[in-house]
Amino acid sequence: MLPDHTGTSVYRNARIVDPSRGIDETGTLIVTDGKIVAAGANTLNQGSPEGAETHDCTGQTIVPGLVDMRVFIGEPGGEHRETIASASKAAAAGGVTSLVMMPDTDPVIDDVALVEFVLRTARETARTRIYPAAAITRGLDGREMTEIGNLLGAGAVCFTDGRETIASAAVIRNAMRYARDFGALIACETQDADLSAGGIMNEGLFASWLGFSGIPREAEVLPLERDLRLAALTGAHYHAAKISTEMSADAIRIAKERGIDVSAGVSINHLSLNENDIGEYRTFFKLSPPLRHEDDRQAMIAALADGTIDVIVSSHDPQDVDTKRLPFSESADGAVGLETMLAAGLRLVHSGDVSLSRLIEAMTAGPARLLSIDAGTLAPDAPADFAVLDLDAPWVLDAEALHSKSKNTAFEGARFTGRVLQTVVAGQQVYSA
Amino acid sequence: MNAATDFPIFPHSHLLGIAGLSYPDVETLLNRANANVDVSRQRDKKKSVLRGLTHINLFFEASTRTQASFELAGKRLGADVMNMAVASSSVKKGETLIDTAMTLNAMRPDILVIRHSAAGAAALLSQKVGCAVINAGDGAHEHPTQALLDALTIRRAKGRLDGLTVAICGDVLHSRVARSNIILLNTMGARVRVVGPSTLMPTAIRQMGTEVFTSMREGLDGADVVMMLRLQRERMGQALVPSVREYFRHYGLDAAKLAHAKPDALVMHPGPMNRGVEIASGIADGPQSVIEEQVEMGVAVRMAVIEALLDPRKNDGATG
Repeated sequence: MLPDHTGTSVYRNARIVDPSRGIDETGTLIVTDGKIVAAGANTLNQGSPEGAETHDCTGQTIVPGLVDMRVFIGEPGGEHRETIASASKAAAAGGVTSLVMMPDTDPVIDDVALVEFVLRTARETARTRIYPAAAITRGLDGREMTEIGNLLGAGAVCFTDGRETIASAAVIRNAMRYARDFGALIACETQDADLSAGGIMNEGLFASWLGFSGIPREAEVLPLERDLRLAALTGAHYHAAKISTEMSADAIRIAKERGIDVSAGVSINHLSLNENDIGEYRTFFKLSPPLRHEDDRQAMIAALADGTIDVIVSSHDPQDVDTKRLPFSESADGAVGLETMLAAGLRLVHSGDVSLSRLIEAMTAGPARLLSIDAGTLAPDAPADFAVLDLDAPWVLDAEALHSKSKNTAFEGARFTGRVLQTVVAGQQVYSA
Repeated sequence: MNAATDFPIFPHSHLLGIAGLSYPDVETLLNRANANVDVSRQRDKKKSVLRGLTHINLFFEASTRTQASFELAGKRLGADVMNMAVASSSVKKGETLIDTAMTLNAMRPDILVIRHSAAGAAALLSQKVGCAVINAGDGAHEHPTQALLDALTIRRAKGRLDGLTVAICGDVLHSRVARSNIILLNTMGARVRVVGPSTLMPTAIRQMGTEVFTSMREGLDGADVVMMLRLQRERMGQALVPSVREYFRHYGLDAAKLAHAKPDALVMHPGPMNRGVEIASGIADGPQSVIEEQVEMGVAVRMAVIEALLDPRKNDGATG
């Protein structure tokens, strides 16, 4: 259950980074009854309110609670991998206060009743905010459109077929046309099923030596370019959910220059890792899209820095031991990521590739704006969802210490600098290191 | 005949591939194998170096020839050999590899020979068991004993490997034999060419230490060794090659194409052959063919690998 906060709390002497308002300054954050009253340098002009609970945050950084718009959860249907409750624990530990849950559950979230189930379960069991994404097509089968209007009304925040690419240009075109009338966001991962058939990893030298069929970069960009053309044709708001190649970034850049209403996301894995991390067939690095070449990773970072990429997602994808303790080619795709997204992202800041405010923007205000949800900001009256960080704390990830039910992390044993000290949702602490 | 102690200690716990082996590692294995050829040609073919040790063949893909070759190798060294016909047993997919490995490990084998359709299967197994593992073919990745027996065959015929030009022809894309050979021949100083249609080449073949040809005439020009690869008939249905007729005409080894290689060029094939698809019958059985020697060298090489991995001088703690 989301906590109920009453009274006033004051967080003093913190570095406050709020890209939604262009703020990066030392100051104070004041919360009353679960809402932000003020956050910034000049908030204590009238002095601290009577009876307020005061926290000294010297040396610490406060950022808006992270918004992760691509999280795979196993409830309903795969509760052994992850439940809404366990995902929310993992989220809280990673500074994520709002997450969007993918519809590829069993049954699929393609019906109002499922949206209501998720929202109810979240209300009863989750400690962070959970937003359902609904399917674009019934049963994710790429044919019949779901009740986009009704699903939106019930609380779905965007529409996506999850890992599936809609093969039919006619179906995706109609979904975009229809969704535009409701102002609904269409979010797609693109991978051409034929071109990537049998593919195990990124096409290239590494796959050639291992004798694996490769997944060419073109498998991602061909359906993406189709979708971008259809977005231009229909005027829909289209989000490329998880791009991984330089060509995809170029395609998005060109579409944006043409004034098409498109946005793009990248998973933290594709900003942090490349195909060489797979090493000796480590299945926790088997992802979809596959980890690419270092040149592609560099292109993702550049596209993030220049604003071509709008959001960073964890692409949190819990997988059971049974589906990962297999030969690489037979193993399932996916890695958990809610708890490591911020720490892995901070590597890019420490290395000077991306500014802290740009990184935080892509994890807060960026996704909140796309989803039109009241999150990702420390502006007055916004929900008091935020994370308190120590940007310089060194730590090593122990997979067994993860809060997620599944431990398939691509960062086992990784050294990080910067961690979450506490996470606050609606004014109440939901995680403390 | 050499005693086992005449050879340097092989510094690896497993043979998972040719990748990772040094020039001296390969040299040692070939020298050991060469000594074993004589053992295999005696009336009494048995050595007793492995008496009391257990050797298990774990073949997830059926292969009569390779399995028989490993079995003979183990038996000639005096080991107890057990064949696990996993391919034909009722083991369900998904729970096969690691579960089977744990079961077998409990039987305390000394050497496990594995063939599996997934690249990396031998490496995965080696992490889960407490004995030496030999990769007898993992997907399209590696088949190290095949490359070693090919090298031994060439070395015995030509007296050397360095400086030779070897043309590997045909379906390189799906061939673990080709990958292991490319690595081994490069390690030993040979010049490696690959010849075949682009649809049957790995996408990054040009970065794999080979010269790439799409014409047999050019690819075979002046070659010392012509190594043919098997073409599976399924490839026709996968839009990789149009027909057997067209393939044989352009890429099948016949007398006219072989004439471009050196007059004393060796003709090799890892078997089983598709006569009339990748190789003409007359060439397979002709004077330049060393295909039967390859089979004979197979046993000698596998004996050498097993002996090298179970070298008694490597007792406890010797890992690599």
